[in-house]
Parts: sequence; structure tokens; C-alpha cells
Amino acid sequence: MSATQSQNSGTVDPAEVAKFEAMAAEWWDPNGKFKPLHMLNPCRLDYIVTQIAGEFGRDPKAPKPFEGLRILDIGCGGGLLSEPMARLGAEVVGADAAERNIPVARVHAEQSGLAIDYRHTTAEALAAAGEQFDVVLNMEVVEHVADPLGYLNACHDLLKPGGLMICSTINRNPKSFAMAIIGAEHVMRWLPKGTHDWRKFITPDELFDLLRRAGLTPEDRTGFVFNPISWSWRLSDRDLSVNYVTASTRPAA
Amino acid sequence: MDRDSDILIVGGGLNGPVLALALAQAGLTSTVIDAQPAQVHRNADFDGRGYALSLTTVRMLTALGLWEAVADRAEPILDIVVSDGRAGEGASPWHLHFDHAEIEEGPMGHVLEDRYLRPVLLDALRAVPGITHLTDETVTAQATSPQTAEVTLASGRTLRGGLLVGCDGRRSGTAERAGIRRTGWGYAQTSLVCAIAHERPHGGAAHQFFMPSGPLAILPLPGNMSSLVWTETTERAAQIMALDDAGYMDELRPRIGAFLGEIALCGKRFAYPLDLTIANSLTGERLALAGDAAHGVHPLAGQGLNLGLRDVAALAEVLVDATRRGEDFGARDVLARYQRWRGVDVTALAVATDGINALFSNDNPLLRPLRDLGLAAVNAVPGLRRGLIREAAGLTGDLPRLLQGVPL
Repeated sequence: MSATQSQNSGTVDPAEVAKFEAMAAEWWDPNGKFKPLHMLNPCRLDYIVTQIAGEFGRDPKAPKPFEGLRILDIGCGGGLLSEPMARLGAEVVGADAAERNIPVARVHAEQSGLAIDYRHTTAEALAAAGEQFDVVLNMEVVEHVADPLGYLNACHDLLKPGGLMICSTINRNPKSFAMAIIGAEHVMRWLPKGTHDWRKFITPDELFDLLRRAGLTPEDRTGFVFNPISWSWRLSDRDLSVNYVTASTRPAA
Repeated sequence: MDRDSDILIVGGGLNGPVLALALAQAGLTSTVIDAQPAQVHRNADFDGRGYALSLTTVRMLTALGLWEAVADRAEPILDIVVSDGRAGEGASPWHLHFDHAEIEEGPMGHVLEDRYLRPVLLDALRAVPGITHLTDETVTAQATSPQTAEVTLASGRTLRGGLLVGCDGRRSGTAERAGIRRTGWGYAQTSLVCAIAHERPHGGAAHQFFMPSGPLAILPLPGNMSSLVWTETTERAAQIMALDDAGYMDELRPRIGAFLGEIALCGKRFAYPLDLTIANSLTGERLALAGDAAHGVHPLAGQGLNLGLRDVAALAEVLVDATRRGEDFGARDVLARYQRWRGVDVTALAVATDGINALFSNDNPLLRPLRDLGLAAVNAVPGLRRGLIREAAGLTGDLPRLLQGVPL
């Protein structure tokens, strides 16, 4: 479904729309297929909102604090991060390399009354087209790409000078292997088997090094820690042993 | 997707307006749908109804800017005395004594008359931007979808919002229309409520006598006056309510004993049948329940209002935090956080107050010395007593920010 089609609903096949609506409902079902993302989402958003507000001097308690900021969500999926950013007032571009996610995300944004520019494209293609953003959200993507440095170079180019990138991934050590592969994929079956390749996991030091080589200045690293008692995630300064997130900036020109 | 307000609140009692005010602090707009006509709320005659506000409730009212306007009218509770009694004998010598000097937070709570709290809430509803207060208006139908909640009013108007909150009491129509079933049972008991004037000062002490027929609570009001909540079997209560004022006082005197000196009735007499009613779920699609709509408990120690405001504080915090991180505040996973936070606690308190009442509302000659000894034992152990004081003051558990006195 192209942008023209979605604006001109007369040409849309109703069966197709129904299919996308069903897929959107699946993406947004907190107890469905994407349950692990929904569980992590409040914690990810807390970090993202705090970092953006801090970097751009916004009051996170004010309504629509991100008005005037242009944000790119790479690997947007069904829009789990794009929608909150749009609700906070940002102008959002959601990009996903998986074509089938785009109409699904569009349908849900429309249901939510949000204007979000969803595109089937890649970071590299957007960078080549000269697009630039105040903030790039790069969440749980870098461990899936073939050439992390090439990918982070593209992310650098996508940032305006002084722009902020939030990048999260999974650490590489025996614990992360146990938690992310055995635990999440085999025991809990939160993720399909083969979702992650442990060899592609990146340690925080390696990621900081890659960010520097891509011309970015690392600013912060924080752990996402799962608490099996409260069955929820929290942020931790100290425990980056499995899931973690970083903030880095592109130096002002 | 045009919304009349972010949140539609059904019920204009205390919980509904307080929720609207808490949400307004964070810029969320709400419409309060109130069945009462505006002038009923402003009836400022003394009617004898008072609330025991726990310390955390007072902190919440302070954080919402409401406390200042009523602080002078509120009587601090400096002592709580719990004892076992039997009509005609007064209190047993074995009693529990809670003194506020044992907790660092100051008075254990305050007693405030309904007629002072309500006008302050109504003034605030009018003064705070983002709140629409519809009086003399009821909901006749409601419908929710994954994206919106809609209500139809008796006047024919339709309102749309992102979330519908039922603060409409123990017979919540909001819960019923949503198909949320309730679990509950009656106690065959009725609470008689009135205020008395007395000869001797109360010294800021609240009393809870456990009588065989049910508990009697005496809460200090300003001056030489106290508010009474007096529980009897429903049959006895009906007989007592049918008596004239003099006959009513003849029933009451032996239950209180002589420690307050001569007593006289002030204002009106009220009767509330007791039952426990808990909604099987606190949330539904684009819907949440708070206060008695979520759970009406036995009003032992006046915990009903405090418990309701605890719901309100938790719900407001969940909704405001979600909004500030850009989440859709009415989404299922957001509402699930409120259910997790308040679902368990509610059951615990309902079961606890039920158990305490069952133990004490009993004239079994074997149980009586046993519980007298129990009270004396708790009294002898300072740590345990402090724990109970903190529980009564609402200081235990995972406290919402508003109950810590921290604005949202």
C-alpha cells in the first residue's frame, strides 16, 4: 500500500486493509507475539524521553515537550516507539526494512489519530538521500546488521550537527547468551528461535568504540535489567550485563 | 478522533473530583459527570458526617493544594485507643493504645466534616483549567472500542474520551454496564452515624470499641464534639433508628460509657447497611474503576475514603507517567499496571478488616479473654504496635507519589 493509496481509500482493497488491521492489533497486543517489546517499552521510553529532554532542554512534564524536533525511528515495526514520540509532539519518520510492517504501522497511527511518516527504507538509503534529524532512535537494530560500522556511519550522517542518537543492543557474555538466547528464545519462547545470533552481540566498550569510529561522541550507557519478581524492566547504572542502551551525539559543526 | 476530554469520570463524590484535580496537574483534561445537582453540594449545615483522613490522605490533599483551605477545620488525631467492650460495662481494661509520639510523622490523621471538604473540592473543580463539571447529569449508556470510550447522558448528550473511570460507588453503574461482575456479601450489620457534643474534652483521641454487635468508632471533631460510627445488627439498627432522639441517646450512652461526661446529639442521624463488594476486575477496555466502585469494604476505622484515595493516587500516577513517556494512557498495558498495583492490596484489606471484625463482633465467652490478651500483647510490644499505627495511618505498602505528598 503506497502513500497515495492510503490517502485515496477508494482504491484500497478492503480485504488488504482488514489484514493490516489484524496485524496491527497483533503488534499492539501487550500479551501477544510482541509481549517482550511491550514489557520493555516503558523502560526504553523513560530513557529516551529523559535523554532527549536533557539534550534539547525540554521540560518532560510540559505537554508536547518534543514539539519542533524531527525524530527518526529505525526499525520502527508496528510503531511502538514512533507513536509515543509523535504524541510528545515530535515530527516522526518511522523506517523499516521489512515492507510488511509499513502499512500495519500506518493503519495503527491512523486509528490513534497520529500523523507519522512511515517509509519502507533503510538508514543507508535515507542518509544517501540527505535526510537529517535531531534525534535518531536506533533500538535493538545494530545486533542484526551485517556491517555495524557501516550502519553507524549512516546513522551519523542522519544526525544534524548537535543531534542525539539513542542506540540499544545486547551485551556479549555467557549471561547474555543464557538470558537472551536460551531464556528468551528457548525457555520463555518470547522470541522466535534464531531471532538473535550471539556472535553479533556487542559489548558496551565495543559499541562505544564503534560510535567513536563513526564520528559520534558517546555520552551515556545504561542497563535495562529484568526483574523476574516484579516481572518488569528497570534502568540500571551498573548492570549492563545483558540489555543496555547508549546515548551519543554528533559534534556540532 | 475528537475527544471532549482525555478522561471521562463518572461520579461527583470525593474520589472523582480528586482524580480530576490530580490529572489536571499534569495537563490531562477531564469531565466529571455528577448525578447531584450543584446546590446540594453547597448545603453547609452541620450534618454530623465526618471522615477520618489518614496521614497519607492529608499529604495527598496538600500536594493537590486542597488542604490549606480545610486545615483549620480539621481535628488532629493524637491518640488511637482500641478496646474491647460490652454495652453497660464500657471498655475492658485490656486495650491497645496508639500514641502519635511513636511515629515521626506527627498526628496519625485528621477528622474532617464532609460539609467542609466538599465545597473546597467544588471550588477547585471550577478554578482549575481543563476540568468540566457536569452536575445533575447521569450516564444512561456507555460504549468502548480499542481507541475510545463514549458515554450517553440522560440529557441526550454524548461525550467521548480516551478513558472512562467509574468513581460511582459500590453499586457502580459503570462497572455493571461494562459487564464487570462483583464479589461480595452482606454482614447483616448497619452502621449508625451521628455527631455528639460532650461535656469533657476528647484530647484528640480516636476510639475504636469492639462491641459484640459490631465496632463503635469515636472520632474527635473540633471543640467538645465527636463523630460516631456505631455498628449494630441490621435488625437492631432498624429498631434504634425508629426511636426518637431521646430514645436513640438512651441506647448510645451505655455503649460509650462515662469517659466523655454528659453527651448530646448534634445534627442528623444516618444509617448505612454494611456489605463487602469487590469488582472482579479494576479495569476493562478503555475503563478503570476506583474507590467504592472498585471495592466497598467494611468501614472499620474509616478506611473506606483513604482506600479510595489510594486508588485515585495510583491511577493518576499510572496515567500521568504513561502520558509523559508518550504512551496512550488508555491502552491495555497501561491499565494493567493499575490493576497490578491496586488489585491485590484491595483484597488484602477487605480480608483483613473482615477477619478483625469477625473476631471482635462476637460475644463468645471463650474468645473474649483471648482477644483481650491479644490486645494486651500487641500493646506490650512496641515494634508491633508501631507497625499497626503506621498501617492505620496508611504509611505501609508501595505508596503512590501523591500519598507521599509529592505532586505528579
